[in-house]
Amino acid sequence: MNKTANKGAGERAAVKNGSFYRRLISFITKYAMVIALVVVFALFAILTDGRLLNASNMSNLMLQNGYVLVMACGMLLCILTGGNIDLSVGSVICMVGGIAAVLISNVGMDPYLTIVISLVIGLLVGVWQGYWIGYVRIPPFITTLGGMFIFRGIGRIILDNRTVSIQDSRFLDIFTAYIKIPGLDDGEVIWSALIVGVIVAALVVFNMLKTRRDRAKHGYRQNSFASDIIRTVIIAALVIYYSYLLSQYRGISVMLVWVVAICLIYNFITSKTAFGRYFYAVGGNEKATQLSGINTNKIYFLAYANMGLLAGLSGLLVAARVGSVNGNTGNSFEMDAIGACFIGGASAYGGSGTVGGVVIGALLLGVITMGMSILGLGDSIQQVIRGAVLLVAVIFDVVTSRKAGTR
Amino acid sequence: MGKTLLEMRSITKEFPGVKALDNVNLVVEEGEIHALIGENGAGKSTLMNVLSGTFPVGSYSGEIYYDGKLCQFKNQRDSEEVGIVIIHQELALIPLLTIGENMFMGNEFKNKFGVIDWNKTYYEAEKHMRQVGLKESAHTLIKDIGTGKQQLVEIAKAFAKKVRLLILDEPTSSLNDEDARMLLDLLLEFKKQGLTSIIITHKLNEIIYCADKATILRDGSTIETLVKGVDEFSEQRIIKGMVGRPMEDRYPAREHNISDKVSLEVRNWTVHHPLYQERIVDDNVSFNVHKGEVVGFSGLQGAGRTELAMSIFGRSYGTNITGEMFLNGKKVNFKKPQDAIRSGLAYITEDRKVYGLILDETIRFNTTLARLDKVCGGGGVIDTDMEVQVAEDMTREMGTKTPSIEQAIGHLSGGNQQKALLGKWMFTEPNVLIMDEPTRGIDVGAKYEIYCLINEMVANGKSVIMISSELPELLGMCDRIYVMNEGRLLAEVKASEATQESIMGYIIRDTGDKKESVHQ
Repeated sequence: MNKTANKGAGERAAVKNGSFYRRLISFITKYAMVIALVVVFALFAILTDGRLLNASNMSNLMLQNGYVLVMACGMLLCILTGGNIDLSVGSVICMVGGIAAVLISNVGMDPYLTIVISLVIGLLVGVWQGYWIGYVRIPPFITTLGGMFIFRGIGRIILDNRTVSIQDSRFLDIFTAYIKIPGLDDGEVIWSALIVGVIVAALVVFNMLKTRRDRAKHGYRQNSFASDIIRTVIIAALVIYYSYLLSQYRGISVMLVWVVAICLIYNFITSKTAFGRYFYAVGGNEKATQLSGINTNKIYFLAYANMGLLAGLSGLLVAARVGSVNGNTGNSFEMDAIGACFIGGASAYGGSGTVGGVVIGALLLGVITMGMSILGLGDSIQQVIRGAVLLVAVIFDVVTSRKAGTR
Repeated sequence: MGKTLLEMRSITKEFPGVKALDNVNLVVEEGEIHALIGENGAGKSTLMNVLSGTFPVGSYSGEIYYDGKLCQFKNQRDSEEVGIVIIHQELALIPLLTIGENMFMGNEFKNKFGVIDWNKTYYEAEKHMRQVGLKESAHTLIKDIGTGKQQLVEIAKAFAKKVRLLILDEPTSSLNDEDARMLLDLLLEFKKQGLTSIIITHKLNEIIYCADKATILRDGSTIETLVKGVDEFSEQRIIKGMVGRPMEDRYPAREHNISDKVSLEVRNWTVHHPLYQERIVDDNVSFNVHKGEVVGFSGLQGAGRTELAMSIFGRSYGTNITGEMFLNGKKVNFKKPQDAIRSGLAYITEDRKVYGLILDETIRFNTTLARLDKVCGGGGVIDTDMEVQVAEDMTREMGTKTPSIEQAIGHLSGGNQQKALLGKWMFTEPNVLIMDEPTRGIDVGAKYEIYCLINEMVANGKSVIMISSELPELLGMCDRIYVMNEGRLLAEVKASEATQESIMGYIIRDTGDKKESVHQ
C-alpha cells in the first residue's frame, strides 16, 4: 500500500511537475511512517523528561527489539506473497531456543555446533511448512496455525515443562557480548563504537556520491542534488549520534551487528535482486507471474522456508538475551513481527512493503513500549495502545493510498 | 419518433486535473436503441455513471431530465427507483450464489423480521428469466452458466427492478459472435415492447445492426448524433466521427515477405481439460507458422484456441498434453513457461488484467518481469538504472502514453495497458509471438497502432500467431488463417482468398454436422 516508498527516480521527477501542495502531500504520504516515528520519539522524550533518549535506553531499544526485526524481515517475504502470515514463529522460537538450551545446558554440547543444529532445525521447520503451503497449497493461515500448536508442544516436551537456563558464556557471547577493543575501550568512553559510527556515516556519503557519479556516467536520470544531500546528511548524522550514545554506554553489542546485518541483507534482497522482486510479483498477480515464467510455488516455499530459518535465529537471540528458555518463551512474538510489517506499510493483500518500512514499524512499536514502560504504565494498557497504533497506522495507510490513487 | 425520455443537458464533470466531460448533451427518445460510441477515455462510462447516480448530484454540473422531470440522483438506488438500470461491462454477479439469489441481491423479498421469502424469490426470478428467454433453473449457481447466460441474468435482474431505460456497457465484449447476436436480437425484441436502451460498444457492426441513433463522444465532448435513415449510418461514417478523420485503412498495409523457413511447427497436439481430465480441449491439432508470417486462428469461444496457445506456452494450461513441437526445425519440449520464454516464445494473453499485468505495480516493474535476468548483473542483482532505461525504451517504442514509467499500470487506459503488455513481451526478444485477442476492448486508434507494431515484428522476420474473434481483423492482418471449432482444426485458408462468410461457413457446417450425427 505504501506504494510510494522506495520507488525510483522517475516518480520523483514526475512529482516535480506538480504544485507545491501536491508535492507536500506526496512527501507526507511517502515519509508518513518516518514522520510518525519522529513524532512518537519526541512525544515520549518529552513525557519521560528525556529519559527515553538516555544512552542505555537507546542501546537497549535495538537489543530488545532485535528478535522482532529479524522475524519481521522473514515475515515481510511471507506477507509480500499475498498478505500471508506465519503464526508459528513464536512457537518455533520456543522450540529452537529450547533445543539450544537443552543441548548446551543438559547435554553439554559444543555451543557452536548447537547454533548450527538450531538453525538447521529452524530451516527444516520452514521447509516443512513451505512444502505444504507452496506445493500442496494448504492455506498458510491453517498450516502455520497447526505449526503454532505443534512446535509449541514439541518445545515444551523437549524442555520437559521446566525453565532451562543457559550459562555457557561462549554461547552467550556470540549474541550478547559488547565489542571492546583492549587499549582503546578501557575507559569510560567506548571509542570503538564512535569510530565505527563515523566509518558507517562516511560509507553512506560515499555510496551516495558513487551512485550519482555512476548515473552521470551513463546519462541516467538523477535525483536532485539537494534531496540527495539532505537525505544523506540526516542519515549520517543519525548514525553518528547513535554511535555516540553507544559509546557512552557499553559500546556496540554483537546482537546489534547481527540484527543490522540481517536487515541490510534482506533490504538488499527485496530491493535489488531478481529473487526478491518475485515476491512482489507473486503478491501482485500470481497468474501473470506464472505466465512470465516464474515458478510461483517455489516462491511460496522459499518465503516460508526462510521464515523458519529466521525464526530459528530469533530463537537463539531470545534464548541468549533472556539467558533461559521455558514453555512460554516466544508467546505471541509472531504478532510483534506481523504488527511491525503492517505498521511499516506492508500491504495486507500482498505485493508491497519494504524492509525499511518494517524497521520503522518495529522501532515505532519498540519506542512506544519502552516509553510506556519508563512511564510505568501497566502491561494491560500497553497492549491496548499497541493495538490501537497498529490499527491507526493501517487505517492511515489505506486512506492516504486511496487518495493518492487516481479517483 | 416518440417523446423524449431522457435529456442530459450540458453535463460537465471534472476529475482532479482532467475534464472528463465537457458540456455533453444527450437526448434519448422513448422506445429507441441509442448507441453511445467513442474511443477509450472519450467519456462514455463517465457519462453513464453521472446518469446512474454513481457520481452523485453536485459532483458534476449540468442537468438531467428524465420523463420530463429534473432528476437529482444521489446514488444508484435513486436512479433505479425511476427505472434507469445500468449493466456494467464487468458483470456484478456472485459466482457461488444461485441465479435467484443474485437477481434480488439488495432487493430481497422479506417480511418485517427481515426473513427472506425464498419461494417468492425463485418464483419471481423464473418469471423474469422467461422474459429474457433464459432456460435455466433459478436455483442454478452463476458459476455453472456461461458468460452469455450470465449477461441474460443481468438483464432479467434489470427487469426485476422494473427497468424503463436499460444501459448496457460493452455487453458483448466477452461474448462470442453467436451469443452477441442473440443478445442484440433480444434487445430489438424488447424495443418492440417499448423498452429504451443505451448501448455502449466498440463493435461498430453491432451498432449498424441494432441501433436507431448513435451519439459520438470524443475527448469528453459530444461530436454528433447520427440517426438511422436520416444520416449516413455506416461504419466508415462512425469511425470518422470517432477519430475526427476518415480512417480509410483500418489495417495498415504490409509487404508480405514470408520466408520458406518454418519457425514453429506443432504436430498432433492434444490437450485435456485440467479439472475434467477426460474432456479433450484440443484434439490432434497440427499447424505451423513461417518466419515473417502472421497466422490467424479463428473460431467461436470454446473452440480451444486460447487453450492451444497456453498449452504450447510451457504447458501453462491443461493436463495430459501429447504431441510434438518443433522450433526452427528442432524438436522442443517445454515443461514450464520459462522454457518457452527462453526459447523465444511469447504469449500475450487475452485477459491482460488477470493473466498479463500486475496492475498495482509500475510500468518499469511489469516490463522487465518476464526476463529480469536481462537487467541483472552478477548474482541476480538488479541494475535499477539499466531497468529504468529499458522500461523507457520500451514505452517509447510501443508508443505507450504515460506520465512516467513509475506509473502504476492499472491507472493506464486499456489501449495503453495493452501496449505496455506488448512492451513486456517484446523485451523477452521473442521470435514467435502468440497474441490472444490483441485488440480486445481497445479503441480504433490504439488498434491501428497495435497492427502497425505487428507488421513491424514480421518485417523483422519474427512470426506472429494471432487469435481473434473479430473476423475482419484476421482477414485484414493475416497471411493464413486456421479455423477451429470445438477443439478441432477444421480448415487452413489463405487470408487473401477467404471471406467472413466462408470462414463462418466452416464453423456452422461443422456444428451442424455434429448435430446431425447425434440425431442418427
